[in-house]
Amino acid sequence: MVTTTPPATDRNRSRRAKSAARPGDRIFSGLSKGSGITLLVIMAAIAGFLTYRAVLAISKDSVNFFTTFEWNPAGDPPVFGIAVLAFGTIVSSVIAMLIAVPVAIGIALFISHYAPRKLAKPLAYVVDLLAAVPSIIYGLWGAIFLVPYLDGLNKWLDQYLGWTYIFDKSSDGVARNMFTVGILLAIMILPIITNVTREVFLQAPKMHEEAALALGATRWEVVRMAVLPFGRSGIISASMLGLGRALGETMAVAVVLSPSFLLSGHLLDPGGGTFAQNIAAKFNEANEFGRDALIASGLVLFVITLLVNGAARMIIARRKEYSGANA
Amino acid sequence: MSHAVQERPVAFAKPRGPLSHARLPRWTPIAVAAGSVAAGVGIGLLAGWHSKVQWGLVSALLFVLATYAVTAKVEGARQAKDRVATSLVWVSFVLAVVPLLSLAWVTVSKGMEVLDGYFLTHSMNGVLDAEAGGGVYHALLGTIEQVGIATLIAAPIGLLTAVYLVEYGTGKLAKAVTFFVDVMTGIPSIVAGLFILATWNLMLGFGPSGFAGAMALAILMMPVVVRSTEEMLKLVPNELREASLALGVPKWRTILKVVLPTAIGGITTGVMLAVARITGETAPVLLLVFGTKLINPNPFEGAQSSLPLYVYEQYAVGTDAAVARAWAAALVLIAFVMILNLVARGIARWKAPKTGR
Repeated sequence: MVTTTPPATDRNRSRRAKSAARPGDRIFSGLSKGSGITLLVIMAAIAGFLTYRAVLAISKDSVNFFTTFEWNPAGDPPVFGIAVLAFGTIVSSVIAMLIAVPVAIGIALFISHYAPRKLAKPLAYVVDLLAAVPSIIYGLWGAIFLVPYLDGLNKWLDQYLGWTYIFDKSSDGVARNMFTVGILLAIMILPIITNVTREVFLQAPKMHEEAALALGATRWEVVRMAVLPFGRSGIISASMLGLGRALGETMAVAVVLSPSFLLSGHLLDPGGGTFAQNIAAKFNEANEFGRDALIASGLVLFVITLLVNGAARMIIARRKEYSGANA
Repeated sequence: MSHAVQERPVAFAKPRGPLSHARLPRWTPIAVAAGSVAAGVGIGLLAGWHSKVQWGLVSALLFVLATYAVTAKVEGARQAKDRVATSLVWVSFVLAVVPLLSLAWVTVSKGMEVLDGYFLTHSMNGVLDAEAGGGVYHALLGTIEQVGIATLIAAPIGLLTAVYLVEYGTGKLAKAVTFFVDVMTGIPSIVAGLFILATWNLMLGFGPSGFAGAMALAILMMPVVVRSTEEMLKLVPNELREASLALGVPKWRTILKVVLPTAIGGITTGVMLAVARITGETAPVLLLVFGTKLINPNPFEGAQSSLPLYVYEQYAVGTDAAVARAWAAALVLIAFVMILNLVARGIARWKAPKTGR
């Protein structure tokens, strides 16, 4: 008897405290908590439903889903695999990153440390705006304007760097190839990477920079010793955010690339494909099973972008912990 | 003692070299840039490259090399490195600005050829692919309806989630929500489209409609709204909350009457930027809304069109008249998005939250 009394009073007190909470408070906190949970449920549902449909498709696939170079889910037996798509997605994204990251660091440095003050602010504003240009417009511009302009560059690369195998152009034809797609993706992710990197560079401790200047460092030495080390994790996470966008970009690739299901290391030859481009291109002619097959390839894309973005966020979160800038 | 006193003047009297190096005049970078551009154009003309991309690349390369050579000769290796870094930064700036300017210029100049009042007020009903005419009205209508519905779904959920994260959230659930909001920001738009396709269309058996597209757009919009609202709510000074709570105002009324009004400018900006982002999304619309030439004002039944989808379709048709229409629609789309952006940023500046000093 004696031992059970304290918990009983505790429970009583907590019940009284709960009933004292105003109904408005309970409704509002419940609503906001519910919204948060809704978001989690949506994420779980995306993963769950895509997996379910993908399993339906892959179980009927007559060949290995990951190593096949063909996409014919309507065939009998159905044959489809993502090898070419995975290769194309990675190659185009890597080209985009190789071009975009150094240039974006350059622009970010330009805005944060090099540009005349009067130019820096409007420039940052314009870069912000450019991040909002819809991808279909980049695609249209790329297909009609950029492709003919890159013809000359392609021939040039073939002529002087053809011995490197990847720049060997075996067939004539317009530049609707992985290389062009990479350049276009680079232009598209440039504003995103620049924005994040610029923010990080602006946070670099002024005292370090001034100390370096006082020791007689040139501007480049200040950047190399005080700004870049501080911004390294910022650059990495910004790049990964850009990579996430490049991996999932659909329309620009669908408009510019002339796709094929040939796995080719020759970047200048038309052909290849990416996950997102393949979905957009094959969707209209696909029957229900074909759509499931496309969903299966979309699931792979989803997992890849999830990993890339998750890694980027981890890096950002880790940086927040030890950076004094957020205190 | 006397040693130290004696040595000091000696050290001063024997500087290792002159204190000031030879410096290049201020106009050197400009002169080098002009010279290398001239050389690039000259080489391009002589070799007969028809693509200006090569001219630009050769000029940029010459600029960097010439800068290094000149500075290394006059000012020394360290200064040369500094100058090369500066010139590389300028080159990357120009490299980025040229395509972006070209994009803006091409879209505006080609779009203006077709864009007029007729184009904005007519659909493509009965217009053949190869003939000029027709318009974008049905797509504009579809875009506005789909984006409106998506905003109606996503804005409240996003806002409340942000309120939860800032005002209530503690512990594992809040951490999980924060992490997955971040991850959700990176979902490719086509995956959001596939998700709605898998559930709404394939499982539940509905046909394509504007509403299906709107749901996919809402998924893309939610994390953006959460993120920006969260940032804004964090800027609201705690003193305001405490003052209100100390007066005996319930927490929910404090949030509704004190916290949200203080941050309303930033929240509006965030929502409008999110709207601008989803307006340009093509991929989910392509999968779910399907596209039509006719005016379909009902977003819940039957295929609709939308601006980005219209651009894609007209480009795919490929005739001169269709491509011209694609450019005009692209101009309408970009104008729509840019106006949203500019207004949103204007609101942000005008109603910036007054942070505590």
